[in-house]
Amino acid sequence: MSSRGDTTLWILQRASAAVLALCVAVHLFTIVYAVRGGLSAAEILGRTRGNHAWFVFYAVFVLAVAVHAPIGLRAVAAEWLGWRGRSRDVCAFMFSALLAWMGMRAILAVFA
Amino acid sequence: MLRVSVWRGGAEGSLESYEVPRHPSQTVLDVVTHIQHHLDPSLAYRYACRVGMCGSCAMTVNGVPRWTCRTHVDKVAKDGALEVRPLRNLPVIRDLVTDMRVFFDKWERAKGHFEGAASRADDFARVPPETQDRKAVDAGIECIGCGVCYAACDVVSWNPDYLGPAALNRAWTLIRDVRDEKGLERLRAVAGDAGCHACHTHMSCTERCPKHISPTAAIAGLKREVLKRAMDGSL
Repeated sequence: MSSRGDTTLWILQRASAAVLALCVAVHLFTIVYAVRGGLSAAEILGRTRGNHAWFVFYAVFVLAVAVHAPIGLRAVAAEWLGWRGRSRDVCAFMFSALLAWMGMRAILAVFA
Repeated sequence: MLRVSVWRGGAEGSLESYEVPRHPSQTVLDVVTHIQHHLDPSLAYRYACRVGMCGSCAMTVNGVPRWTCRTHVDKVAKDGALEVRPLRNLPVIRDLVTDMRVFFDKWERAKGHFEGAASRADDFARVPPETQDRKAVDAGIECIGCGVCYAACDVVSWNPDYLGPAALNRAWTLIRDVRDEKGLERLRAVAGDAGCHACHTHMSCTERCPKHISPTAAIAGLKREVLKRAMDGSL
């Protein structure tokens, strides 16, 4: 990949990290807060079903993960396995698509 | 007496042991020189100035890359023993001598040479010492090119294409040089996975630099500069 392409990925990873820092904090805080009185599936679904704010929040969370993780793995592949070039980038992209698909599927399941 | 193990051979080789008499204020370079002068004239090593200016005598001493002419035995010997090897991350030519071509080729790849627009007909450029650009490189321009940072860097060992701390530090000093005209081209050369973005900020270079330069800070400066240029679309 060109140095401009590398730079774009670097910026995307740093930007997604900033989004994740916020999302993870909100996510953990919500977990701790929500389980205080015990936790049930019905309670979770009661909170998430039809809740557009939660839907948008977790959609952003999932997309940030789908951007962040594969770029990091791409660097790990290069430095630890010596795996560089197009095949690695294609695999990283496919992993990104997999994360996005699994994440969005889970969100839709508790939203719809 | 000091027990000294010295790397003998090329990429393949082994450690050989020598006994060297102790002296006050003895440096590691003194020890290596004693071996060559009195014990084994076939030992290959490299040095020139002996006073920490030329950057040619760097070796791995007890596992740590150091400039040997300014490294006192007192400070680094462990239980009266020294182990001296060639610098890491560079091909070994013989014994303690490494091939530094790849190290300096990377300075070229990082566009580590000055390119100004002024001719000899122009007046001297004036660079006031108190300006931000000049202050940012006060430390960085003191680099003697010894290769200690390059040998200390883990990223170099993982990614042989990585330009390394010295070349990136050099690029940074030129980008901050108000007389230089090739800033943007240089930023393109140092951006990306083989350049400043590969740095993990382990700071081994900063820890080991004998001139107390922080290539890590230079690399952080390059990242900021690249980010700025990428955002305004000029990269």
